[in-house]
Amino acid sequence: MKTANLKTSRRSFLKSTALAGGALLLGFDPFLSGGSIVSLNDSSAMTGGVSFQPNAFIRIGADGIITIMAPNPEIGQGVKTSLPLLVAEELDVDWNTVQVEQAGLDTKNFTRQSAGGSGSIRSSWKSFRKAGATARKMLVEAAAGTWNVNVDECYTEKGFVIHKPSGQKLNYGNLAEKASKLEVPSNVDLKDPKEFTLIGKRIPNVDNRKIVTGKMDFGIDTKREGMLYAMVARPPAFGKKLKSFDDKASLSVPGVKKVLQAGNKIAVLATSTWSAKKGRDALKIEWEDDSKLDNTTDHLEAFAKLTTQKTDKPKRNDGDVDNTFANAAKIIESTFIAPFLPHAPMEPMNFFADVRDDGVELYGPTQTPSSARSGVSKLLNIPEEKITVGLSRMGGGFGRRLQSDYAVEAAEISSLAKAPVQVIWTREDDMQGGFYRPAGMYAYKTALDKNNELIGWQLNAAAINSGNASRENSFPAGAVPNFRIDSHNLESKVTTGPWRAPNHNFIAFAEESLLDEIAHAAGKDPVAFRLELLDKAKASPTGRVEYDPERYKTVIKMAAEMGNWGKKTDNGIYKGFGAHFSFGTYVAQVAEVSVKNNKIKVHKVFCAVDCGQVVNLNGAETQVEGAIIDGLGVALYGELTIENGQAVQKNFNAYNLIRISDAPDVEVKFIENNIDPMGLGEPGLPPIAPAVCNAIFAATGKRIRKLPVNLANKA
Amino acid sequence: MSVFRLNVNNQSFTVNVEADTPLLWVLRDELNLRGTKFGCGIAQCGACTVHFNGNAVRSCSIPVSVAEKGKIITIEGLSKDGSHPVQRAWEETDVPQCGYCQAGQIMSAAALLSKKPNPSDADIDAAMSGNICRCATYKRIRKAIHLAAEKGVNK
Repeated sequence: MKTANLKTSRRSFLKSTALAGGALLLGFDPFLSGGSIVSLNDSSAMTGGVSFQPNAFIRIGADGIITIMAPNPEIGQGVKTSLPLLVAEELDVDWNTVQVEQAGLDTKNFTRQSAGGSGSIRSSWKSFRKAGATARKMLVEAAAGTWNVNVDECYTEKGFVIHKPSGQKLNYGNLAEKASKLEVPSNVDLKDPKEFTLIGKRIPNVDNRKIVTGKMDFGIDTKREGMLYAMVARPPAFGKKLKSFDDKASLSVPGVKKVLQAGNKIAVLATSTWSAKKGRDALKIEWEDDSKLDNTTDHLEAFAKLTTQKTDKPKRNDGDVDNTFANAAKIIESTFIAPFLPHAPMEPMNFFADVRDDGVELYGPTQTPSSARSGVSKLLNIPEEKITVGLSRMGGGFGRRLQSDYAVEAAEISSLAKAPVQVIWTREDDMQGGFYRPAGMYAYKTALDKNNELIGWQLNAAAINSGNASRENSFPAGAVPNFRIDSHNLESKVTTGPWRAPNHNFIAFAEESLLDEIAHAAGKDPVAFRLELLDKAKASPTGRVEYDPERYKTVIKMAAEMGNWGKKTDNGIYKGFGAHFSFGTYVAQVAEVSVKNNKIKVHKVFCAVDCGQVVNLNGAETQVEGAIIDGLGVALYGELTIENGQAVQKNFNAYNLIRISDAPDVEVKFIENNIDPMGLGEPGLPPIAPAVCNAIFAATGKRIRKLPVNLANKA
Repeated sequence: MSVFRLNVNNQSFTVNVEADTPLLWVLRDELNLRGTKFGCGIAQCGACTVHFNGNAVRSCSIPVSVAEKGKIITIEGLSKDGSHPVQRAWEETDVPQCGYCQAGQIMSAAALLSKKPNPSDADIDAAMSGNICRCATYKRIRKAIHLAAEKGVNK
């Protein structure tokens, strides 16, 4: 497995029919990393003979080099490996010889070039395989034509077409020219899962070699001729704006070339990152209040008020909760509090922009290149066709790079400076940069009847700028006859946005902690209680049921078995259970936890997953392992508070991310089935906080209702 | 601006920068050694880890004026071809997710193994806790360090 150098190998010919006769060639301009499509009438581009490109995903050179494009943004979720793998599976090639190349934004040839909602595999499962199968069919046809035999007598294997009766074989490179002259078939058959040779196997990350040798370029590593480095002074608090500034000291910093104002921001451009930073530090700026400055304490007060009020339009309203509570044998009320979370990807925000008269080049880390392009188009009034967006590998995203603010900002600064610029954010800029996981409050009221059956469930939720604070169809919706969800939005200057497994990342903690609490109140085993509810959702569902109760039950049982649920452990280790369904995937976890002097140690996590067909077993495992440890980290430490509009935690000395010493061993098992694959970048995260907190309850009798966990707090 | 002479990856370089410029930015912007990454700027995350006289240090917090007093090895100089046992173990264990922090992780792990060829889990915790992995690949980092130890750093 190799990855191609973007700058030298970007020669792609789009239509095989256009190649016949060598007249008009459509290809990517090799000098633009954005991958814009231009016409190439240059026969020298055909060095090495005619290449075969039945679609934008595949290029087979006469030299036998097979290149598969990776169109989606890679943030560490593994799509640069797993998506080309889908193509390679149906193309029937030797994966070790394939070159994977990152495509730029190309909405003509690719759909959904974004990284979000755990959706890349889900949306590409059939189309990417079809791209591979199409090429394979044409190569077989080309070989059969060459040998003058029937296509049915030919098969493919590892980059060769083989004529079964005679044993003759030709490699794909030999067939490229002939295949390129064939008509592209519209109907092709996809493999039966039994025939898979790559899907479901262990395939390493395609960029591993570059990563471990320091040769992998991330967005922040972009360097171009004449480029200036920019650091930007942005309002230091939500609700502040620029009043005045003095750039004299800044301009005298060696290396500083320009200081520019862009709205409420001031950009310092210099010949090195350090000069830009020193120049920014030397600015004398006066900021003024633009509106009231928010505080986390005010948010909590507002939440407390909102969550006592019903809305006119509940998100879900099954049965009659009021009547149920009036006649209940037991009522359990529990309120959960979510802090803001910054995304804090390791690679700070950055973007390269070169705004010229003839067009714009954007390059860098973005989960949504098309919104970066449309944002720049709108701001600078430049048509989208004149804007290219190249995609770098990203040092994490977690939802932060779904926003295009920093890409648009880079283009604005390049436009003002009339120079190519790389805007780099410091960690402090990133922490104050907003788009946090919304802070919120989740007030529940639940009812048991005299037989300890769960008959009523009510949630009154409020969160900041989140639209809908809830996930109203989340389990146990469907299993409880009287079920009502109200959701309030609290407006604030503090910006929020999706954070890995949006809403699920906290709702699962609240729901699964509460289910544990109810199980204890009802004198039931927490796992048995969940299975009982899922039986109800199947036998007598109430309202809409989005999950499949049987698949849910299967992962719950599997995790319980993996973690020896119900068996006593020694050495002060206690178990907790959590399960959640999100992005089409079912996940259940058992956490083994001990608590000594209020210090929590998570020893091991057992996790069962049903995401349908696993595409890359290595990639799938790493996603779930990482999601669990990430989710544990934010449950134990993750909290961003706002004081006078400012983030209190400004860097990793105050905002704690989990480190290796706190990372438990994790064991992951996947349910083996051939159901079409679902998402996996996010679903591993939601169940860990409740699994750990339910284990903390088992160990200490303390219910954790506010994250991050603080055992010194009163429960 | 002043002139500084640096020994990086067994080569000598001359740079003309401000004396307070952190080694990180000299490596990245002046010497084009961009495998060493910026993460926090305050020696809290370890993305910028390099070897300074054989010890793992945070290059974001060492000014160039200090850096010229020692021998610096970056990820690019750890081996010629990715053959250092730690790099091999990282590949074999398929550690990276996004990959951004991994150069720093590898430099910390290599420094650990050079001093403790067979580290315990507690040794790994102590030596690697200065390196954050936001993708939380810690399980595999631990496994890869044990694997590299098994194969031996000097073999």
